[in-house]
Amino acid sequence: MYNQTEIIKDTSELGADGELVINMGPQHPATHGVLHLVVTLNGETIKKIEPHLGYIHRSIEKMCESLTYRQFIYVTSRMDYLSSHINNLGCALLVEKGMQIEVPDRAKYVRVILSELTRIASHELWLGAMAMDLGAFTPFFYAFREREMITDIMEDTCGARLTMNYIVPGGLMYDLHPDFQKKVKAFITQFKSKVTEYEDLVTNNVIFQSRTKGVGILSAEDAISYGCTGPVARASGVSCDIRKIYPYEVYDKVQFDEVLETAGDSFARYMVRVKEMNQSIRIIEQLIDNIPEGDFVGKTKNVLKLPKGEFYTRVETARGEFGVYVVSEGGTTPHRIKFRSPGFSNLSVLNHISVGSKIGDLMASMGTLDLVIPDIDR
Amino acid sequence: MTNEEIKEYITTLAPAATYDETGEWLNILVTAEELQPLMLALRNGKMQMNYLFCLTCVDFKTHLTMVYHLSATTHRQSIVIKANLNREQPVIETVCDIWRTAEFLEREVFEMFGVHFTNHPDLRKLILEDDFKGYPLRKDFEDPINMIKL
Amino acid sequence: MFSLEGITTNVQDWLLMKFNPTMALAIECVIVILLSISLFAILGLVLVLMERKVAAHIQIRLGPNRVGPGGMFQTVADTLKLIMKEGLTPDKADKFLFNLAPFVVMMVGMLLLAPIAFAKNFQIWDINIGVLYISSVSSLSVIGILMAGWASNNKYSLLGAMRSGAQIVSYELSAGFAVLTIVVLTGSLQISEIINAQQNGWWIFKGHIPAVIAFVLYIIAVTAETNRAPFDLAEAESELTAGFHTEYSGMRFALFFLAEYINIFIVCAIGATLFFGGWMPLHIGNWEAFNHLMDYIPSSVWFMGKTFFLIFLIMWFRWTFPRLRVDQLLNLEWKYLLPISLFNLLLVAVITILGWHF
Repeated sequence: MYNQTEIIKDTSELGADGELVINMGPQHPATHGVLHLVVTLNGETIKKIEPHLGYIHRSIEKMCESLTYRQFIYVTSRMDYLSSHINNLGCALLVEKGMQIEVPDRAKYVRVILSELTRIASHELWLGAMAMDLGAFTPFFYAFREREMITDIMEDTCGARLTMNYIVPGGLMYDLHPDFQKKVKAFITQFKSKVTEYEDLVTNNVIFQSRTKGVGILSAEDAISYGCTGPVARASGVSCDIRKIYPYEVYDKVQFDEVLETAGDSFARYMVRVKEMNQSIRIIEQLIDNIPEGDFVGKTKNVLKLPKGEFYTRVETARGEFGVYVVSEGGTTPHRIKFRSPGFSNLSVLNHISVGSKIGDLMASMGTLDLVIPDIDR
Repeated sequence: MTNEEIKEYITTLAPAATYDETGEWLNILVTAEELQPLMLALRNGKMQMNYLFCLTCVDFKTHLTMVYHLSATTHRQSIVIKANLNREQPVIETVCDIWRTAEFLEREVFEMFGVHFTNHPDLRKLILEDDFKGYPLRKDFEDPINMIKL
Repeated sequence: MFSLEGITTNVQDWLLMKFNPTMALAIECVIVILLSISLFAILGLVLVLMERKVAAHIQIRLGPNRVGPGGMFQTVADTLKLIMKEGLTPDKADKFLFNLAPFVVMMVGMLLLAPIAFAKNFQIWDINIGVLYISSVSSLSVIGILMAGWASNNKYSLLGAMRSGAQIVSYELSAGFAVLTIVVLTGSLQISEIINAQQNGWWIFKGHIPAVIAFVLYIIAVTAETNRAPFDLAEAESELTAGFHTEYSGMRFALFFLAEYINIFIVCAIGATLFFGGWMPLHIGNWEAFNHLMDYIPSSVWFMGKTFFLIFLIMWFRWTFPRLRVDQLLNLEWKYLLPISLFNLLLVAVITILGWHF
């Protein structure tokens, strides 16, 4: 139909005088998955970064067009596998909004607690992986020690440790595990006593600070223009926490602060995530003792049919704003579904914030963008 | 701003616009030609829609519809701009000079739906492999090997 | 009392009795070569295991614990695996240089073994310019690394090698100045004399503040010179996959790996010799009884103890600190360490002339 713009097959031809083009990825220790960056270097200085995506593209949006409204939720845990509960929640909220399903209070409370646990687990993994990108191996194990407790709780709750599926339209799949509250409280105690270790090992480390401060600076205007959300945008001073702006479930009933930093550099992004973990703990503490008794799932029809029209919901995942856009023709399957993944927009800013810095800085900027590749490729 | 005020404001910018208020947000359908100037006015005018949070395309079998979800970080009011495109020759002007995030999103729409964005700085395939034939998110896309008909 | 000196004297007497002097020297050479090669092999095994155990301890995990008692034979199993593996040479690599590079790096390690005093009078070659010899030979290892990076025909390798070149050339200076501090205090370049000068106390105690500063500078510089974290930019895993040895596999990779540990051992041995008195037991001034008691511990144990303490220190750094960026690395050397070194050298010269040290 159209002559597609010529795709340069041999990237070595791109290099002008004194330039070195290296393919970072798809197999590279720092890209955490199969991200492929074509990096043009001049010595050690980055001149251009071009992401090549699609190595884990499974066309989830197309798949969802042939899955019913009960089924398509399970696919979404495979997108951003580090915040699968939150992705599920976004989809469940969409179906509930479209069909006006009443969700029992118990389910709402549990959903929020699980979302926040997921967020902590995701940030813990990010903390370890990011420190590893900067060459410090040890924080990884410290972060995983606490994350392990969350994965154990998740395993008790829904049977899986990674791609969890527990939230269904109308409520939850099963009732809570009897040990849930006890284990979550044990986790909170452990986390509070150990979080100072991260501060000592990572935050206050002179080398860590010099590697991240002033690296990958993103201004507030650019953050909005590039559609950055989540900790990336909040580190630039953009207030964008969906939990605050468009509260869903019981987020309007709990006290928590939206963490904002103004520097916009990698260190600010780091600090936002570390502080966010503490805020998540605060939310869980307020809810864990007050989970109401009652049904865990509301009354739904056996076959879910969304009325004709368009629906959009958004939730705050660990990486930012996750949106689900569904165009329904009135049938049992969506006509078109679009997932607005936070990672996709956050990745698009990578070239902007890294040009002119060193390769070592790329690791810091890329690490603090917290990219999850299946979330980007979908 | 109420929906009425927005309608009034947009009618001055794009007289041919039609409105749909059945959904959660105000839907504004414009023609492909007047989309880019309208977007520019929305971004820089009194609405200050600085946040494009979703850009996608929907295949309605008879035509393609570009869907732009706009919001602002100041007043948090969301509106949806739509533009219908011819299925055989889908051409629309890019908005990536207005919102930088559109650059990647438009590349994705380009490869998935075959929509051609004029003035886009780097319109290449982003996710699919370079020699991929066809537009997978269109309804008439056939792939006998990888797609299971239900 | 057990002493290595006794064994060497006995062996030499016996050889001189049986053969003519030239023949005896030849046989001694062969023995020395065999001993140093086996020392390398054993050191490699021990240090790799030690590194993994130290890392595991720091990272709240157990480390290798399956092969042999407490995982003691883990590195033996690893070595067997590496020997079995195919040593791949990339198609477009410069084959000659590619294959030569690991041996160059290894050879530098071997050469550095010569002037090190392992115990009292147990030294391969007590050359009168020992310290000079060490600092000149140790800078040769960069040639091997550059060779590997260039010959691999891989961009990551090349970047790693260039970084390594810049790094070793710069940090050589600080290490050299730190060593010179002790040379000024002693007034000799010979290793045995440096050790003898520490009979009534190690330089780190006797040498006042300049010696302590020199020691800190030395540890930082040699960590950089051996390409260890936080200065492991040449092989920066998360940036350059494996840096200069990206393309190496099998035993040739193992040689690089081994050379890294041998280099650590050697720089730590030199550090122990210069600042902690080498094999010299802990002597405090005129405390005769205490000094005698310390003399009962064999000198080889003293040497190894000090060396392994320093090795532990370097391993501790690696598992605690993030990596520096390449420009920060060079800034650290040229803007901070080098001026401090120069000033320190001046200070120590003043102290020595005025006789202010103990």
